[in-house]
Amino acid sequence: MRSKVVLRRVMAKPQVVIGLIGVLALLALAYLGPLFGQYTWEQKDFTAFRSPPGADHWWGTTQIGQDMFAVTLRGMQKSILIGFLVALISTGLAALVGAFAGYFGGKLDKILMWGTDLLLVLPSFLIIAVISPRLESGSWLMFVVLLASFSWMITSRVVRSMTLSLREREYVLAARYMGIPDWKIIFRHVVPNLSSLLIIDATMNVSGAIIGETALSYFGFGVRPPDVSLGTLISAGGGSTAISYPWLFLFPAGLLVLLVLFINLIGDGLRDALDPGSTS
Amino acid sequence: MTILEVNDLTVTFRGGVKAVRGVSYQVGRGEVLGIVGESGSGKSVTSLAVMGLLPAGAQVTGSVKLHGHELLGMREQEILKRRGKSISMIFQDPLSAFTPVYTIGDQIAEAVRVHQKVSKEQAARQAVELLELVGIPHPEVRAKAFPHEFSGGMRQRAMIAMAIANDPDVLICDEPTTALDVTIQAQVLEVLKTAQKETGAGIVMITHDLGVVAGLADRVLVMYAGKPVEQGTVEEIYYEPRMPYTMGLLASIPRLDQENQRLVPIEGAPPSPAALPPGCPFAPRCPLKVDACDDAEPELVQVGERGVACIRSHEIDVKRLRGVDVFPAPEPVAEPPRDARRRETVLELDNLVRHYPLMKGAVFKRRVGTVHAVDGISFDIARGETLALVGESGCGKTTTLQQIMQLEAAQGGRVVVFGKDSGELTKRERKELRRDLQIVFQDPMAALDPRMPVGDILAEPLRAHGHKDVQGRVAELLELVGLDPSYAERYPQHFSGGQRQRIGIARALALEPKLIVLDEPVSALDVSIQAGVINLLEDLKARLGLSYLFVAHDLSVVRHLADRVAVMYLGKIVEIGTVAEVYGTPAHPYTRALMSAIPLPDPELERSRRRIILEGDLPSPAQPPSGCRFHTRCPKRALLPEPERARCVAEEPPVVRLAHADDHGAACHYPEVRNS
Repeated sequence: MRSKVVLRRVMAKPQVVIGLIGVLALLALAYLGPLFGQYTWEQKDFTAFRSPPGADHWWGTTQIGQDMFAVTLRGMQKSILIGFLVALISTGLAALVGAFAGYFGGKLDKILMWGTDLLLVLPSFLIIAVISPRLESGSWLMFVVLLASFSWMITSRVVRSMTLSLREREYVLAARYMGIPDWKIIFRHVVPNLSSLLIIDATMNVSGAIIGETALSYFGFGVRPPDVSLGTLISAGGGSTAISYPWLFLFPAGLLVLLVLFINLIGDGLRDALDPGSTS
Repeated sequence: MTILEVNDLTVTFRGGVKAVRGVSYQVGRGEVLGIVGESGSGKSVTSLAVMGLLPAGAQVTGSVKLHGHELLGMREQEILKRRGKSISMIFQDPLSAFTPVYTIGDQIAEAVRVHQKVSKEQAARQAVELLELVGIPHPEVRAKAFPHEFSGGMRQRAMIAMAIANDPDVLICDEPTTALDVTIQAQVLEVLKTAQKETGAGIVMITHDLGVVAGLADRVLVMYAGKPVEQGTVEEIYYEPRMPYTMGLLASIPRLDQENQRLVPIEGAPPSPAALPPGCPFAPRCPLKVDACDDAEPELVQVGERGVACIRSHEIDVKRLRGVDVFPAPEPVAEPPRDARRRETVLELDNLVRHYPLMKGAVFKRRVGTVHAVDGISFDIARGETLALVGESGCGKTTTLQQIMQLEAAQGGRVVVFGKDSGELTKRERKELRRDLQIVFQDPMAALDPRMPVGDILAEPLRAHGHKDVQGRVAELLELVGLDPSYAERYPQHFSGGQRQRIGIARALALEPKLIVLDEPVSALDVSIQAGVINLLEDLKARLGLSYLFVAHDLSVVRHLADRVAVMYLGKIVEIGTVAEVYGTPAHPYTRALMSAIPLPDPELERSRRRIILEGDLPSPAQPPSGCRFHTRCPKRALLPEPERARCVAEEPPVVRLAHADDHGAACHYPEVRNS
């Protein structure tokens, strides 16, 4: 079984195992952690402003008395959610556009690739910065769509060029000569044979999207109060406050670094295991 | 005098896979030793071990002596002095054997200068002389060309020139002609013979083609599962084989010089070197197997020059058993009789044309020429008939196939399938027509989606055409092609090449088509497997009343399988007719050359017959010659008087039905006529 061989090869990489354990631990922390905390993220403790980590508030409190533990985990939940959604959408879009452009060729290919190139040259950060304040506050889903729509282009070019060679494979020709409709051939024979590329790409996209989200939120363009994400927390706790009240900055920033690190470990390991030809 | 002596050579790769398990042979001056075996038998690994070219991590034991000096364990410096000087090698793929950034002349001169103290000019002059020796026209000019500017045959000649540059004592040839077309193969083998005459070197010829060995070798070593199983002179091996494997191998080859008779398949597949059976490795496939065969692996017992590794070889010798006695040929399925006069046409090609534009320029593409891939061909196939389309690579066979399979309007001419013109089909009709027209591809590795289990692969056409009881039909199909229905859950990579080809055939049969297009269905398979697949195709045709369009380059397989044959050259049909007539009295000079180029697995016949060797390479289809496309290479034209020769250049011959023939036409102004 190919899948078994791949699984064994993946599991033989210590970095994948470490990454997987790390990501699972962080996921557990983000979603199970709040159950154990004494405060919810919306509660404000008016008796403790900017109190350092202690027995009552494990990770300290913010300027307005929010429990740092609850708020940070809430922020991480949002960041993870955004990261995975963006990765899913952008990899899916890349696979679709690339496979259709490569498979059909001709005019459709020209149009799709022209659009891809256009998106590639647009300054994505500026555009998101301009558009997102105009969106209704709290509509972080729109923000996900915006992030995703600017992160699929390069993969889709790779997918297209791989499809060009897959299109000439004999099993694809065989399917065509059997009278299988083209869209079915794409989903049944082309995309599954690109799966190793897509899996690697999706993993890498998760960390990319989390960083992108954090960066935009830091500047106030992404997730906006009262909602929190790791980006807004780092923004609030950063700057001059970071020196006198380090817990406001260190916990969200540290979790961000760990999260991205573990996901990248998985991605690198998957690349080595699924794509033995690459030399990275 | 023995030059190269190999004793008990073994090669073990990392992970304990024993690729070679005790090979011994000697090669003397001017002697040709043929090493024969199927893929995975360890024949190439043996030669790489002799050259010291195996990757690090491969453990080599035993002894390799060149002029009495032990090569194994010798210091790299010392080996380098000998490699390329007293022992050199010719590889299968001449494209990857040359550095693309230096000219051919420079690379040969470099080989000269590494081992001889000569000036640069001297070496360059020698390079030109060598190129002339191997028959490259205008060697002064061609020496300045780069490898990609050479054709495959030319490159292999240059490779030979480089190998003999330093007058080696031993020349190891690893499948030197496998990648080449037959007419080019005949040229290269001729060059190899010249090279041997010039240098007097001993040659180790490694190949899977028993015909090539029959014509060239003095002695033969047959390898199976990493071990020699039989050894002897070429006559002994071909006329009195004593090991059942050799007997089966010889009996399973379709032969050009024999009428349509049943082929003898060897059951099963060669064992993987990681999982060898306990006793004789051939025992699981051997019809002469007795219980004692599983006890221990038989050693190669030497009696003089002759060696056989089989416990029953003495019995075979005494009873004078032959291959056909040992391997019973399965009975053919009786074919329903056909009325020759009432032919029902299933496929008709009428003056089909397919040209490709040749574009140049990055931003503004402009047309700089036209590739005449298929240039007006016509033929038809009747129900229950097999038409073979034969020709060398680049003659337009594959393009023709694609034009038929696409079922779209042709660029020029018409494709009529089951009475319907493919240019006038609606989408629905096209899909309906696809039920009746299916294809089997050449490469069984590439033809099956590696991500799908076999059951799904077979179910795909059924589901697409709304078939009910898909599971039942899948099992039925697997059984039809001789596979176990329980295989449906496995993935393609768990099957051997022959089994995969059977799956490919099962998929083509799924919708019960009437016409199957076979694109070189057996050329990627080993001989012993090939016979089984050919027999299967024959049986299926008889049982299901199929028609085949069979595309191939191997004329002996075609003779075996086809009823009618069409020979293509540069996008045109040069000869077409029944197999009996075309093979019996080939009329076109190209057909004659093609047939004489095929080596026969019979040493005496192969050495005594006269060969027509064609000059030069196939012209580019972008600039086809005027008049008759074959006139630039035609051996017959050279013998004609001047006015008749001019006609070949000026006027293009159409396919004309020959006198005295029922169904036989040739496109030649001066066809060969029957002597009756």
